[in-house]
Amino acid sequence: MSALSDVSTHAMATARWRISEVAFWVLALACAFLFPSRYLIMTDIVRLGLFALSLDLILGYAGIVSLGHAAFFGAGAYSAGLLALHGIINEPVIALVAAGLVAAVLGFLTSFLVIRGVDLTRLMVTLGIALLLEALAERFSDITGGTDGLQGIEMQPILGLFAFDMFGKTGFFYSLIVLFILFLLARRVVHSPFGLSLRAIRNNPLRAAAIGVPVNRRLIAVYTLAAFYAGIAGALFTQTTALASLDVFSFERSADLMLVLVIGGTGYLYGGLIGAVVFKMLQELFQSLTPQYWLFWIGLVLVVIVMVGRARIHRWVLFVPNLIIRQVAGRKAAVAVPEGDAS
Amino acid sequence: MTIALETRGLEKSFGGLRVTRDLSLRVMQGARHALIGPNGAGKTTVINQLTGVLTPNSGRILLEGHDITDLSVHKRVLRGLSRTFQINQLYADLTPLETIGLAVSERMGRGGDWWRRMGTRDDVNAEIAEILARFHLLDVMTELTSTLPYGKQRLLEIAVAIAAKPRVLLLDEPAAGVPESERHDILAVVAALPRDVTVLLIEHDMDLVFSFADRISVLVNGGLLTEGAPDEVARDPQVRAVYLGEAADA
Repeated sequence: MSALSDVSTHAMATARWRISEVAFWVLALACAFLFPSRYLIMTDIVRLGLFALSLDLILGYAGIVSLGHAAFFGAGAYSAGLLALHGIINEPVIALVAAGLVAAVLGFLTSFLVIRGVDLTRLMVTLGIALLLEALAERFSDITGGTDGLQGIEMQPILGLFAFDMFGKTGFFYSLIVLFILFLLARRVVHSPFGLSLRAIRNNPLRAAAIGVPVNRRLIAVYTLAAFYAGIAGALFTQTTALASLDVFSFERSADLMLVLVIGGTGYLYGGLIGAVVFKMLQELFQSLTPQYWLFWIGLVLVVIVMVGRARIHRWVLFVPNLIIRQVAGRKAAVAVPEGDAS
Repeated sequence: MTIALETRGLEKSFGGLRVTRDLSLRVMQGARHALIGPNGAGKTTVINQLTGVLTPNSGRILLEGHDITDLSVHKRVLRGLSRTFQINQLYADLTPLETIGLAVSERMGRGGDWWRRMGTRDDVNAEIAEILARFHLLDVMTELTSTLPYGKQRLLEIAVAIAAKPRVLLLDEPAAGVPESERHDILAVVAALPRDVTVLLIEHDMDLVFSFADRISVLVNGGLLTEGAPDEVARDPQVRAVYLGEAADA
C-alpha cells in the first residue's frame, strides 16, 4: 500500500501550489495599489502576459513553434471591436468570450495546416496565416476601417456596473482578473492527463503514438485552446484601449511574443508572465534612456540571455530570494524554475 | 490455438528496393515467437508495418482476426498491439511516474481528460504502482528519465509498452546495449511476462532467442527463409549458412 500512496502523493505533487506562486499573485495584486499612476503600462503587461501564456501552451507544452500568433490576437481584437462598434454584444465580458471563440474557431481551422510538418514548416505556415489576415483586414476596409482601424468604439460598463475610466483603473483590474481566471484554467489543464500527453508529444511524438496517444487530435485541441487565449488577449486590447488597427496582426507582435518567452522561459506557465514584466520594463527603461536606439539594447539583452543560458540567469536572480526563503521558512527554496526549455 | 497476429503477403519497397517480400507470418496466441535474421534482413521494416509507422504496398495485417492494416499507430495500441524500441524512445523531461501514468491513463481512455489532475484516480494510481514495482522503478519514479542509468531506462522502455496492457507485445531487441551487470533484470522481466500476452521477439542475441522462444521465424532479404521450433531451426543447414554462420563469425 505504501507504494500506492507514494505514487498518488508524487503524482499530485507537481500540481500543488507553491509559496512562490502565491507570492507572485499577491505581488501582482499589490502592484495595483502601489502604482496607481501606472495602470496603462500595467494593463499592457497583463495583456502581454496573457498573450505569452497562450504561446507557452503550444510552444512550452506541445512544442509547436509559431511566428504568427498575432493572427489570433488580431482576430480577437477585431471581433471585440466590431461587436462593440455595431452594438451586437454590448456587455464586455460576454463580448470578450465571443471574441475568444472567434479566434478559437480560426485556430481550429488553421491547426490542420500547422500540426503537419516540422518546426520550419510551422514557422512559415503560422507566419503566412498572420500576414494573410493582415492583408485581408486591409483589403476589406469597409468592415475593418482599413489602415485607420476601427474608429469610435465605445465600451459599455463591465457587467453593467463598472465603467471604463480614463486612468485605466477598471481596465487594469478587469484584465488582471481575466488573466488570473485563464491562468487557473491553464494550470489545471497542464497538470491533467491531457497536459501530460502534450509534454510527451513534445518530448517524443513517435513514442507518444506508440502508447496510444492520438497525437494529431491533442495538438489540434491545444492549438485551438491557445488561439482562444490569444483571442481573449486581443479582445482585452480593444476593450481597454477602444482601438483596433492593423498592427494587431503585425509580425512584430508575434516576434515580440517569442522574445517574451525567450526571456521568461517556457513550459512552466509563469515564463510568459515574468517575461512580459521584464520585457515591458526593459522596453520602458531603454526607451527613456535612448528613445531612438532602444531596440539595440533589447537586442543585446536577448543575445546575452541566449548565450549565457536562462537557467544560469535564473539561478543568479533567484539566489537572494532563495536565501531569504531558506532563512525565514527554514526549508528548501521553492521558487519556480523552468521545467522545460524551448528547443 | 488461435492466431494472435498474422501478416498475409506483406510487400514493402523503398524505390526499387524490395525490403519486405511476400511475407506471411502467423504468431499464435500466447506464443513466444522470435523473428531473427541477419542485419539488413528487413526486421525493423516489418515491425514498423505491424505497428503502423509504415504502410505496406500490399498485403494485410490481422490482429486477432481483425484487419488492422489501415489503422493508425495509436488505434492499434488501443486494440492491444504494443511495442518496445530497439533504441530507447522515452520522454527525456518526464519522470518514470509520469511516463507510466500517461500510458495507463491513455489505455483507460482518460488521456484526453483535461480537467482532472494526475494522481487523483485511485484505479490509475494502483496500476502505476504495480507496474513501477514490477519493473524495479519505484525508487527512481520521481527522477527525470534522462538522468536514469541505461539499465533502468531499458526497463522503463519495456514497462511503458506493458502499461498499455497489450495482448500482443513486440519486443525489439530488449537487451540491446545493456551492460552485463544489468542484463539479468531485463531478462528476468521478459521471462516473467504473463503467458496470456503473446510476444514477438526481434533479437540478435542467440542465447536470448533460444532460451526464450518456442517458435522461430528466420527472415532473409525481406522474405521468410524458414520457420519452426528452436531445435529445428538450429539444425537447418540453410539457416546455419546465412545466419548462424555469420553470427559466429561476427
